[in-house]
Amino acid sequence: MTKLLEVQNLKTYFFTDRGVAKAVDDVSFSLDTGKTLCVVGESGCGKSVTALSIMRLIPEPPGRIVGGRILFEGTDLVALPESRMRSIRGNKISMIFQEPMTSLNPVFRVGDQIAEVLELHENMKKADAMDRAVELLRMVGIPSPESRVRDYPHQMSGGMRQRVMIAMALACNPKLIIADEPTTALDVTIQAQILELMEELSRTTGTAILLITHDLGVVAETAEHVVVMYAGRVVEEAPVRELFHDPLHPYTRGLMRSIPSMSEDDKTRLEVIPGVVPSLLALPVGCKFNDRCRHAFDRCLAEEPPLTTPKEGHSVRCWLFH
Amino acid sequence: MLSFIIRRILALIPTVFGISVLVFFMIHLVPGDPAEMMLGERASEQALKEVREQLGLDKPLHVQYGRFLSRLAQGDLGRALRTNEKITTEIAERFPATVELSIAAMIFAVTLGMLAGIMSATRQYSVFDYSSMVLSLVGVSMPIFWLGLVLMIIFSVHLGWLPLSGRLSYHIHIEPITGLYILDSLLTRNWPALKDAVWHIIMPAFTLSTIPMAIIARITRSSMLEVLRQDYIRTAKAKGLSPRVVHYKHALKNALIPVITVIGLQFGILLGGAILTETIFAWPGIGLWLLNAVYARDFNAVQGGTMLIATTFVTINMLVDILYAWINPRIKVS
Amino acid sequence: MTAAAQTLPNSQPAPANDGLEKSRSPLVEALLRLRKNKTAMVGLAIISLFLVMALFAPWLAPHDPIEQSLYSKLKPPVWDAKGTWDHILGTDDFGRDLLSRIIYGARISMVVGVVSVSISLFFGTIAGALAGFYGGKIDNVIMRFMDLLLAFPSILLAIVIVAFLGPSLRNAMIAIGVVSIPRYARLVRGSVLEEYAKDYVQAARALGARDSRLIFLHILPNCLAPLIVQTTLGFASAILEAAALSFLGLGAQPPTPEWGAMLANGRALILRAWWAVTFPGLMILFSVLGFNLLGDGLRDALDPRLRE
Repeated sequence: MTKLLEVQNLKTYFFTDRGVAKAVDDVSFSLDTGKTLCVVGESGCGKSVTALSIMRLIPEPPGRIVGGRILFEGTDLVALPESRMRSIRGNKISMIFQEPMTSLNPVFRVGDQIAEVLELHENMKKADAMDRAVELLRMVGIPSPESRVRDYPHQMSGGMRQRVMIAMALACNPKLIIADEPTTALDVTIQAQILELMEELSRTTGTAILLITHDLGVVAETAEHVVVMYAGRVVEEAPVRELFHDPLHPYTRGLMRSIPSMSEDDKTRLEVIPGVVPSLLALPVGCKFNDRCRHAFDRCLAEEPPLTTPKEGHSVRCWLFH
Repeated sequence: MLSFIIRRILALIPTVFGISVLVFFMIHLVPGDPAEMMLGERASEQALKEVREQLGLDKPLHVQYGRFLSRLAQGDLGRALRTNEKITTEIAERFPATVELSIAAMIFAVTLGMLAGIMSATRQYSVFDYSSMVLSLVGVSMPIFWLGLVLMIIFSVHLGWLPLSGRLSYHIHIEPITGLYILDSLLTRNWPALKDAVWHIIMPAFTLSTIPMAIIARITRSSMLEVLRQDYIRTAKAKGLSPRVVHYKHALKNALIPVITVIGLQFGILLGGAILTETIFAWPGIGLWLLNAVYARDFNAVQGGTMLIATTFVTINMLVDILYAWINPRIKVS
Repeated sequence: MTAAAQTLPNSQPAPANDGLEKSRSPLVEALLRLRKNKTAMVGLAIISLFLVMALFAPWLAPHDPIEQSLYSKLKPPVWDAKGTWDHILGTDDFGRDLLSRIIYGARISMVVGVVSVSISLFFGTIAGALAGFYGGKIDNVIMRFMDLLLAFPSILLAIVIVAFLGPSLRNAMIAIGVVSIPRYARLVRGSVLEEYAKDYVQAARALGARDSRLIFLHILPNCLAPLIVQTTLGFASAILEAAALSFLGLGAQPPTPEWGAMLANGRALILRAWWAVTFPGLMILFSVLGFNLLGDGLRDALDPRLRE
């Protein structure tokens, strides 16, 4: 059986005045129908660029997909002409963005913005599309959707707007929803509600979710499979339980230790990973994490480790496990 | 929305009152005697006295202003000294010509300016973008009274395509309905007159439109570029919408908000520019009339004309404010 | 409030950039950015050209600009079959040399720019500073009056003022200066309000600085950038408006070689001598364009808020 989504050796570079930024460099992962995959990493690690590459929404110039394939239901999206790509966007693959406050167009009513997708991809009449928009708003838990459908975005709270974005994403029963930090801009209580809603909808509609986040808490709650990214590369990949149980890569371990925990004894100090994500224009030679890794030895400084599979279904890019 | 409109209209009253004070005192406080200005320096003392009495200039200033204001409230601007006609009548005769010219210029400015701005923004850094932005800088620097003359030399004198000046050829007659010749000739299905009126208006309207067109192009471009960077544009693209829909529906409606304000402000430039344009093309509108009043030292007419143009200007600005609120839903709530 | 801040060591955190760039004063930074700005440099080049023309007019001009000659009326430019090298750009209907008149015209336009802009800059800055600094009733009276001036299309207001002062170049400069006062007043008032709220002003105040000292030594220097931009653009509009007034016969009077007045004269000649219309107009266009280009470039270079 073919996978729903297979990203193979994806390379997305940005060509700037100061050099070439390899935002995504040789990234591969796959996602089955109806499943949830999390891509984790600090900001600037290339996870959002990966998401936008799948949608083919990389601002070009300066960005460009320079290599690899993105197989969606067996079709390579990278090679698809723009017009065919448009019939997939918002239809079979839809996307939810980080900023609900600014991701909706302020001068159109939310109902019209949802209906627009239906009119475009499902050839619905305006009136039918509006009826369906009301239904979708009800589905994502917006109270009195009949009147809310006529609201402008500024009349809604952040959580509500994100629900609208989800309704819009669900409108055409997509096979895949890409959610780029969907809860980061929301209050903690709202975050949980939104994640729950996405999970439930994924279960009932059979939509696969590619969840992009920097928050391991979110990962633990939602994902089945996790990909950890660093400096444009996949550094670790494992099922969620395995990853939390036995994180291998020093970077993943660092991320784990930097989560505040309520249950365990308070004596364990919260750790931070020293340093910052290196500039994509000035990456270190060898392992890209070597300047922040306390286990780094001479080989790490000379040579970049390949992705290996020391345990069944658990791969890692580190010389420690070679 | 209604209360907003009412508030804006009420706010107009003190402004118009202020304009009347300024116009009146500017004209009455500057050094020099209006009667002497009218009659010239060698006029006899007797004649000067008569004129002063006739105009009420012998009364104290505040009495004069009171009279001016009470007449103004009744819509009476007094009589032109040159012709002894009512100023309101003279203005009413010439107003449609200026309105027609301004509308035509605005149509040029808005369509061409916005089109250039949008196309520049969606093709940022292209040859088209660069050349249209250079052209627009030349446009804002344009002495339109010169441009008008150059157009005349090229299109009338050398090529003979367009009439040199005026509003209508002398042998053409149009049944006046609105006073706007193009509209009237359309309404009366007078095709030869329509052609003649359009041919006459092209050069003056284009001349008058130059500066507003350039400004509109620049603001449209920068506003579009700003909007195209927004998150909701990415959302629109992620929906699978075509670039045309993304640009002209999702981006343009947002980009329009500052553009409309600027378009509104252009009416001021247009009303000022009309004085120059009408002079060059002998276009029988308010601008030419006012300038002739200035030449003739007819201070009554200057006072009335200035009052009217300034009032028109602030009224247009008010309408723009209301339109702005209507197009921008975020303002309605507050 | 305590004096705790004074006991802190005077240590500046090192700039977070990669150590290659030394911290430079904002002025130097702005000048460096300005030099890289093509728009500004083209503008500056054009303006320099006009300045040279204005300063060295008596040496550059081949003829006396108001000397008439019945023998060489309406001569076309040199590249025309009937043109001569004696009058490179031709002559007008009084036989005056167009090139010489244009060169002397640069003088007049530069003077017009300086005088009118000085008037509006002087009164506008004072009005705006007073309004912003004292607020309340003073602010209200000043700014209502400025709004009132803005209720007129500027060329109309200038025409009315000149009409009642009497047509002359001097009065045209005054009128243009007066008409632009609100632009400067609004700008300065806005900047003063913004700066006034900042800590350093409050600190200077607490130290007992006098109002005038506060305004002129502390606040105004900090709103210099937008003021410089506005002044540059103000030159452009002053030259343009003065030419318009002269064209209408309300500014410079014949035989003054002012570009607008030359156009007014050339207007009667459009059927016979295109050159008498074309060249003075091009001069107006390019001088105004020069200042607009420089103003645009300055805005990009000086105003960090507008930079990308």
